Amino acid sequence: MIAEQKIQLEEGLDTFTFKWCRVVSRRRETPDTYTLKIKPLNGSVNYSPGQFSMLYRYGVGEAPISFSGDSDNGKQVEHTVRAVGGVTRALASAQPGDTVGMRGPFGNGWPLKEAEGRDVVVVAGGIGLAPLRPLIRHFLRKREKIGKLYILYGARSPAELVYKKELQAWKKRLDTQLLITVDKGDEKWRGYIGVVTTLFKYVTLDPENTYAYVCGPEIMMRFTIAELRKQGLSDDRIFISMERNMRCGVGLCGHCQFGPYFVCKDGPVFSYSEVSHLFGRREI
Amino acid sequence: MSFGNVDYYVIGPQELDGLIRILHGMGYTVFGPRVRDDAIVYDEVDSVSQFPVGVRDRQGPGYYRLEKRGDEAVFGYVVGPHSWKKILYPARVRLLTVTRKGEVKPHNTDSPKMAFIGVRGCELAAISVLDKVLLGGPYVDPIYAVRRKNLFIVAVNCTEPGENCFCSSMGTGPEASSGFDIAVTEVLEDGVHYFVARPGSNDGQKFLEQVGARKASEEELVKAASLMERSRTLFRKKFEANGCREALYNNLESPVYAEVAERCLACGNCTLVCPTCFCTTTEEVTPLSGEKAERWRRWDSCFNADFSYIHGGPIRASRLSRYRQWITHKLSTWVDQFGMLGCVGCGRCITWCPVGIDIAEEAAKIRQRAVEAGT
Repeated sequence: MIAEQKIQLEEGLDTFTFKWCRVVSRRRETPDTYTLKIKPLNGSVNYSPGQFSMLYRYGVGEAPISFSGDSDNGKQVEHTVRAVGGVTRALASAQPGDTVGMRGPFGNGWPLKEAEGRDVVVVAGGIGLAPLRPLIRHFLRKREKIGKLYILYGARSPAELVYKKELQAWKKRLDTQLLITVDKGDEKWRGYIGVVTTLFKYVTLDPENTYAYVCGPEIMMRFTIAELRKQGLSDDRIFISMERNMRCGVGLCGHCQFGPYFVCKDGPVFSYSEVSHLFGRREI
Repeated sequence: MSFGNVDYYVIGPQELDGLIRILHGMGYTVFGPRVRDDAIVYDEVDSVSQFPVGVRDRQGPGYYRLEKRGDEAVFGYVVGPHSWKKILYPARVRLLTVTRKGEVKPHNTDSPKMAFIGVRGCELAAISVLDKVLLGGPYVDPIYAVRRKNLFIVAVNCTEPGENCFCSSMGTGPEASSGFDIAVTEVLEDGVHYFVARPGSNDGQKFLEQVGARKASEEELVKAASLMERSRTLFRKKFEANGCREALYNNLESPVYAEVAERCLACGNCTLVCPTCFCTTTEEVTPLSGEKAERWRRWDSCFNADFSYIHGGPIRASRLSRYRQWITHKLSTWVDQFGMLGCVGCGRCITWCPVGIDIAEEAAKIRQRAVEAGT
């Protein structure tokens, strides 16, 4: 067990009290997914890529949502919300000017320093790109710090691709290889067809020198890990971000347990070597 | 008479009453055991006469009955369906009130003065587990913290373990070893009735002196010690705690789980009566006026299907997986999380399981099958 440090909360905040934020903008990503830019009424938010917050809508409740914007700008932070339940529907429908409550940042975030001087491969499935976007932006901002940068992104259909404008901008960069695939194309789709793991045939990773960052549905992460291992990456250089039911975000409610871990405070990012004995096992 | 560096005292039932009066006078709300609905529960008390005097509990897997003892014992029973968790970590508590205008009022931060009388060794251990879980991490549970702060504890050494007790195997009883202000051993013999009291804090010592406790004689000390020695020989239930963590880790696919799932009703009784189960959920409560919204927290159970729900369905859909989550948490992963076992050996989950599933037996079965299968 690691000796844990007490978290110092801001003045006036306790473990369960949130700070109010104003919605600055709301961008439609897909038919059910929106990116909210919010601004704390007081102060700013210092978070690292991969961390999340508990977002609250008055009278409806809280849900854990990853930061999806630029971790350099704590005055205005972004979250990408897919409307799948009561709370996320209420959050996704918040309009500019509305207020939402925010607790956090919570969780550990992606390890970034370790990748310096090495190649980086980012693999995302669907809205799994959201927690990876701050990481991609971080590396793009400090592009000289890392070697090659691969981004492999898969979605169910062209309509379900998020951050489309930004994808185009990344696509144009000569220092980044972005490959996008969809499970099922439409009449306008000219890109790859197939699940995200089919993209691995177009990239050859340097196994001794690459860090992998993966987020998406668990089944997608499972097959992605298999591909990464096939290319020779060791388990301690593969990082995944996990999702579980969370009520508190701070390791007290017990809901997010995954074997010995509380996904909210020990994760949500784990190296595959930490979880390989449990990952993919049914109903753990 | 002192033993080691500690002075031992002797008090009678009247002085125990006096202690309650002193605590009341100091502004404490005093909680103790009482009989309600044919069970011994913890609630507010004013005097020892409200205690289950002369009552004993008979317990078995899925079995609990109260009987007359035929004597005047004040603590002649073990643990009932309540644990002190219900007072320190209330089953339902308001976390926040948010007004429509945006004002956010947190929960009450006043620290009540509370005294518990009749805390058993296993229960002291359970409180120290909750201390670790709710106060020892990076984030502190503010509600438990304020309720725990001014707690005064009178512990009771168990001279007669119950049928489902296995604290001696878990190293948490039958004697209270630390974490109390006063610990008493009840002696009732040949018409003589007294409590040998050991102070565990300055307040404990002070209050004992205030009620007029006298120093214990050597004879009285020997008597109390011999009762505890005898108590240790009376345990019928054993549990092998050594190696349990690893054994459960290595046998997540044990066939025993499928057998338990045949019986388990996933009712969650075990988690409600457990003195260390800490899982909670939240609910939003909005009055019709819409003027405010409240967030309430209530105990939850890993046996509920909703517990692990994420979009698409629950992670742990089967009863098998929910029982496995519960027992591996108690006996295995708790060690990784908090450096201690999550089970203190109180036996409540065995008694209050409607079908009598026995955590100690099931853990032993999992290990036995693994040995047989050579895994």
